[in-house]
Amino acid sequence: MKRTGSQILLESLLQEEVDTVFGYPGGTVINIYNDLLDYPIKHILTRHEQAAVHSADGYARATGKVGVAIATSGPGATNTVTGIATAYMDSIPMVVITGQVPTPLIGNDAFQEADIVGITRSITKHNYLVKDVRDLSRIVKQAFYIARTGRPGPVLIDLPKDVQLATTEFAYPESVELRGYKPTISGNVRQVEKAAKMIMAARRPVLYVGGGATASDAGKDLIAFAELLQTPVVTTLMGMAAFPTGHPLSLGMLGMHGTYYANMAVTNSDLLIAIGARFDDRVTGRVAAFAPKAKIVHIDIDPTSIKKNVRVDLPIVGELRDVIGKISSKLQEDKDQIAALSEHTAPWRSQIDSWRAQYPMTYKSSDKVIKPQYVIEKIRELTREDAIIATEVGQHQMWTAQFFNFCHPRTFLTSGGLGTMGFGLPAALGAQVACPDRQVIDISGDGSFQMNSQELATLVQYKLPVKIAILNNNFLGMVRQWQQLFFDRRYSQTPLDVPIDFVKLAEAYGATGLLADKPDQVESVIRKALDTPGPVLMEFRVDREENVMPMVPAGAAIDEMVLAS
Amino acid sequence: MASHEAKHTISVLVENEFGVLTRVAGLFSGRGFNIESLSVAPTLDDSISRMTIVTSGDERILEQITKQLNKLIDTIKVIDFTDSEYVEREMALIKVQATEDTRAEVLRIVDIFRGNVVDVTARSYTMEITGAPSKIKAVIDLLKPIGIQEIVRSGPVVLGRGAKGWNG
Ligand SMILES: Cc1ncc(C[n+]2csc(CCOP(=O)(O)OP(=O)(O)O)c2C)c(N)n1
Ligand SMILES: [Mg+2]
Repeated sequence: MKRTGSQILLESLLQEEVDTVFGYPGGTVINIYNDLLDYPIKHILTRHEQAAVHSADGYARATGKVGVAIATSGPGATNTVTGIATAYMDSIPMVVITGQVPTPLIGNDAFQEADIVGITRSITKHNYLVKDVRDLSRIVKQAFYIARTGRPGPVLIDLPKDVQLATTEFAYPESVELRGYKPTISGNVRQVEKAAKMIMAARRPVLYVGGGATASDAGKDLIAFAELLQTPVVTTLMGMAAFPTGHPLSLGMLGMHGTYYANMAVTNSDLLIAIGARFDDRVTGRVAAFAPKAKIVHIDIDPTSIKKNVRVDLPIVGELRDVIGKISSKLQEDKDQIAALSEHTAPWRSQIDSWRAQYPMTYKSSDKVIKPQYVIEKIRELTREDAIIATEVGQHQMWTAQFFNFCHPRTFLTSGGLGTMGFGLPAALGAQVACPDRQVIDISGDGSFQMNSQELATLVQYKLPVKIAILNNNFLGMVRQWQQLFFDRRYSQTPLDVPIDFVKLAEAYGATGLLADKPDQVESVIRKALDTPGPVLMEFRVDREENVMPMVPAGAAIDEMVLAS
Repeated sequence: MASHEAKHTISVLVENEFGVLTRVAGLFSGRGFNIESLSVAPTLDDSISRMTIVTSGDERILEQITKQLNKLIDTIKVIDFTDSEYVEREMALIKVQATEDTRAEVLRIVDIFRGNVVDVTARSYTMEITGAPSKIKAVIDLLKPIGIQEIVRSGPVVLGRGAKGWNG
């Protein structure tokens, strides 16, 4: 039986076991939307295409499955750009489908034409313009394969309207033939042996864990590995939930707003084992002074991540679980050696403990004004262990990373690489769609919230019980902090001086709004929000000029931290 | 410094797909890598194009370039000719003013460099010169004083020495 391009697209999505798509209709996807009514695929109508992509992203981060978003040509497609770039920077598996003007009109500046393939070339793992309906099922198959394998990432398929209408026989390919794409899965045995030797020789080892650990679902392997070696673990923002924050070997986050003890450990280590991390400048500070005494082993599925920013003594390209597993087995061949290793590194662990005791992660509490960190601590206390926490970008994001205890992988959804304000709410939305029975919380700032606040409507429409906590400081707080510390308190364009009634805003959309402006109201507001069905927005009026500390100033080494302001 | 910022010649075999040239060129511009020259045409297998790229940079940059090129889904193979034996040829078409008193001199130069005259008018010769880029440069240096009207260079193309092809 012949099918149209639009039907072939939807059939192919079914073949990929897609049950949910996020999107927004328009002229060049109207046929797809018409056919969608006949397919068992749930569509979530966000109120902005950027949000559709962030929602697909949140869905993917929470589940590990490929997120799918649909948008129309021209403005619909250009609205997806920030979402795609966000997913690209954080290696999130995603397929974005855009409508395009009919092929004979491409290049003519037709109505709602934009060269989205050209625009997204540098922010997708790969992208396609489908010119012939006979290529469509192969392209969809490849797109999903590319999105989820190797180092994951977003793939865009641009589908002209005439191709959606053209017909051909539908047959979904059994396998993918891509001679130019063969990710290295298996770690080289010789490199693994070298790594084992280096570990045996180390006295001050540190594991430095990034988002790759989440992408490859290596959480359990990582815990076993760290425990086997009795090696302290620091994580990046993206690696945060991959290793439990409360684990005795966890030192929390390193880098610009990392813990004192994480940064001290890295600076003084003699062996740094990077696992699915990419030495971002927010992590390394001044590169020349980063881990100056350490030999560096770098394990990553993406060869381009290795030696991009820092020297590496031993690169191992491969899937993390494979490589970690191989190193562990190599080490376990000699049980006595393992026991000796733990003994040799005991002084190192007690050194770290004393750094931890010297400058623990803390803040000055108050009973007059709500401290933002206090709100985070209370949310942590009152939510379930498997609650999914999304954030926007700014101070509230850093406080969440610093003061929330993450117990399970895929429970912390945050835009690490691109740092996209407006990410959190739609990402939380997508996560809640994926995990209807879990608690999903968006920790937000007053600035970021206004970048995608329209998604309150989507939450209400689909009865998604996302809880939003706005830490309202009436500032673009993170930028204000820099202005305070490095620009003489010249607060240029950072006060958000129109006091917005967020409670009323929530109510206008048909959600519940709650306000706390005194510390003693914080707990009851959180409890009430968690007990209220449906979406709830909590506004916390917090200390306006609280700063995120510790902080590594730009250009400084990571052990040159400002500890308090 | 010169040795640090050395020139490198890279061959890239890519899927002969729509947009592949932009992907490669975009990668260089987006990541701040230099392109000194780039030539591209289909191979025997017309589903594969071969690009020859001359770039410059230190060792670390060159490593990134080859890795990033390999990362493109459409890239089938990247061959870096640094530290290996290869033959290199470039072609130039050069239009030279040729008056009564310079015509003979121009022809002599063409002859010495084993070039061919491919177009003649009363006032000009257009010649074709093929060789290593250094040879092309030598010809240009000699012809400059006589008067070069216009020039086009293909950019170098290279093949590895020996009996083996890129895929064995
Ligand atoms: C889309 C976007 N624009 C600008 C920025 C730069 N930026 C980073 S943090 C920040 C302030 C965020 O303010 P808010 O959401 O209120 O969070 P706070 O820092 O006050 O907690 C800004 C403007 C950004 N990260 N993303
Ligand atoms: Mg704010």
